[in-house]
Amino acid sequence: MSATHGLVTDTISFSSVDGPGNRFVVFLQGCNFNCVACHNPYTINVCNDCGDCIATCGSGALAFGPEGTVVWDESVCDGTDTCLATCAWDATPKARVREVSDLLVAIRRAAPFLSGITVSGGEATQQDAFVRSLFTAVKADPRLAHLTCFVDSNGAACRAVWTGLLPVMNGAMIDLKCLDPEIHLAMTGQPNDQVLDSIRYLDAVDRLYEVRLLLLPGVNDGPHLLRRTAAWLADINPTMRVKLIGFRPHGVRPTDLALIEPTAEQMAGYAAIFGESALFSVCCV
Amino acid sequence: MEMTEFCIRAESLVRDAALGYDQKVRRLAALAAETIEYPALSDDCREALDKRVICDMYEGNVPFTPRYVLPDYALAMTNGSAHLELDAPTTLAEALSFLQIMYAHVPSVTTYPVYLGDLDRLLEPFVDGVTDAELDRALRLFWIGLDRMLPDAFVHTDVGPHDGRVVRAILRVERSLRQVVPNITLRVDPTITPDDLVYDAVTTVFQTGKPHFVNHPMMVADLGEAYAAVSCYNSLKVGGGAHTLVRLNLKEAVLRHTGGIDAFLDETLPHYIELTAELAEARIRSLVEQQHFYDTHWLATEGLISIDRFSAMFGIYGLAEAVNLLMAYDGLTGRYGHDAAADSMSYRITQRTAELVAARPMPYCQGGGGHCYLHSQSGIDLDRDVTAGTRIPVGEEPSMLDHITTCAPHHRLFTAGISDVFHVDDTALRNPQAIVDIIRGAFTTGMRDFTFNLDSNEFIRITGYLVRKSDLVDIDTRGARHSSDYLAAGSENAYHLTQRTPKRIGCNERDPRPGH
Repeated sequence: MSATHGLVTDTISFSSVDGPGNRFVVFLQGCNFNCVACHNPYTINVCNDCGDCIATCGSGALAFGPEGTVVWDESVCDGTDTCLATCAWDATPKARVREVSDLLVAIRRAAPFLSGITVSGGEATQQDAFVRSLFTAVKADPRLAHLTCFVDSNGAACRAVWTGLLPVMNGAMIDLKCLDPEIHLAMTGQPNDQVLDSIRYLDAVDRLYEVRLLLLPGVNDGPHLLRRTAAWLADINPTMRVKLIGFRPHGVRPTDLALIEPTAEQMAGYAAIFGESALFSVCCV
Repeated sequence: MEMTEFCIRAESLVRDAALGYDQKVRRLAALAAETIEYPALSDDCREALDKRVICDMYEGNVPFTPRYVLPDYALAMTNGSAHLELDAPTTLAEALSFLQIMYAHVPSVTTYPVYLGDLDRLLEPFVDGVTDAELDRALRLFWIGLDRMLPDAFVHTDVGPHDGRVVRAILRVERSLRQVVPNITLRVDPTITPDDLVYDAVTTVFQTGKPHFVNHPMMVADLGEAYAAVSCYNSLKVGGGAHTLVRLNLKEAVLRHTGGIDAFLDETLPHYIELTAELAEARIRSLVEQQHFYDTHWLATEGLISIDRFSAMFGIYGLAEAVNLLMAYDGLTGRYGHDAAADSMSYRITQRTAELVAARPMPYCQGGGGHCYLHSQSGIDLDRDVTAGTRIPVGEEPSMLDHITTCAPHHRLFTAGISDVFHVDDTALRNPQAIVDIIRGAFTTGMRDFTFNLDSNEFIRITGYLVRKSDLVDIDTRGARHSSDYLAAGSENAYHLTQRTPKRIGCNERDPRPGH
């Protein structure tokens, strides 16, 4: 994708769970992680035009286009998402290339009701040039200039991505899947050194809105590990916003790892650990 | 009514184990009023009323009180009252006592006052030298008294748009007590009301479903500075009110229409609007000319209300069904809230309605410039298969942005209120600012007034008034303390609202018909 075009999975006009206040959210297709606990695995890869979903679609909304690509006709789609269930490639035929100007039209309509916009994913920083163009255009539009621009990211982006976004990005929400590199690798398929560096850097440049920890009982919730994580975060900024998110199986693919939801008692235990060692603003979800 | 029927109904009332003593007395009085002859109506009007194309809200055959009375409490507290033998209050305790006494003498079709005054403005002059802790203690007792002595969810107070110690204390007490009474409206003026106060109100919504939010600049432009939202979200002039409320069922009007939208706007709609107006006029004349309410009641003789500040409310409902039917008559499938042509038709209907109501002179309605106030009426417990006011049907609501942009163009027309309800899920609980943003945006977009309903709340809004889910359990045998709970139970039977996710449901603003 380019600076003016992005591969967009979807947008939602109002969200109360993607940063401060009410926000317009743009979900970008494609992710550099492959997390066992991913809630929307169809956003991981870009459609390879295999066409398997064309056969199973019950509404006739999918077909091969003249260039041999899978084309989605939104007007006849019944929204049952059989395509997503069929796809063995963890992609969606419904992601579309959209222009910055096209998104601005939708954002302007919602703007009076918003604190800002958030780009999420997939992994937003995989299309950083597009994100930068979108944010720049928002800041330049007198009707939108009051909106804050946030990125929701897994943190696996190099320093140059962040320095490029810095002039137009008001904040970032970074997922820290695990402080321990081995567990992180097992959970995501990738190392965590870039993630840790992103958290350090974004805090230093005052752009770290919050760090999110998705906690899976028996996988990344050991008390010793959580204490080390709290200490590591407190060393960076003892008053940062830390959001503790209990795992939920919704949308998650079948996996060899036994994934279970934490109980309310377990969540309270996590919160207690983060509450004891620093002045974090802890939020449990 | 035959004497035999009267006796049977009276007997069944006095023996109803689920009704308390006060409720029996009130229902017996309403039953007695049913024996008085209805004001004279034309045959067409009578038939439309009997078929419930038009509706008098079951106020009773002859009105002997205005439906909504908004006394000028500030004037009473300045002058004292000869009728009540009360001096003007000089301390917070005296002020609260003064108001409590006055409430017992304010008439209404529910027998409980629908307006308690703008309690922040009324009490602010008395809190100098009173600590926040003392203020909270005093208000807490007062609040408990309101809920126990005026047990009806249409009892309503207004606060804002200015921030102040009293409005903050009221919100604190609300959150801690979680009572049904009083209903509350917060006036919001983007240039006066701080975000922080709206935020405080939103966190109160999360606890109790209150307050309702109104667009203060829009209300002031239509009604002047001295207005209030009362009862089930009816905005009226303070020192005045509404003689009566009549309403037109647009769905029923369309069912009696043949042809397209143009013929509906040119012929059928004007016909039924005139019949509704005739009903209003007959009831107003009865109240003013036969019962002489405004010549005799103490609120009028002490200048706390003036007939010049009254009008009547002209309600419409069933817009969604009317639009969907008219679309189908034209062979179109689009539905209100989901289709540009259907939405556009809805705006033509409300615009035409507003023009017709504004063109129909109405006696004793100087408060409305000699005309009725237009009102989007939110339903009663007897309504079936018809959507309240100008709302999008329950369960068919589009995304909140589409919902707001569909409904907003109607709002400017409905001077006397158009309470839309927005449903929010529990994720908003962790982000009250998101709701503050939506409130700001809704007013920028031209909405007049609206309220929020939260998924998990113990309180369910039957559009305007609130009930607690737990109060509806076993109401048939156990009875209820709040008279409005009985109305909600009627809706519960129709909508099964305790068995499903509480979303938007029909409303019941009516005097319970005795013996039913």
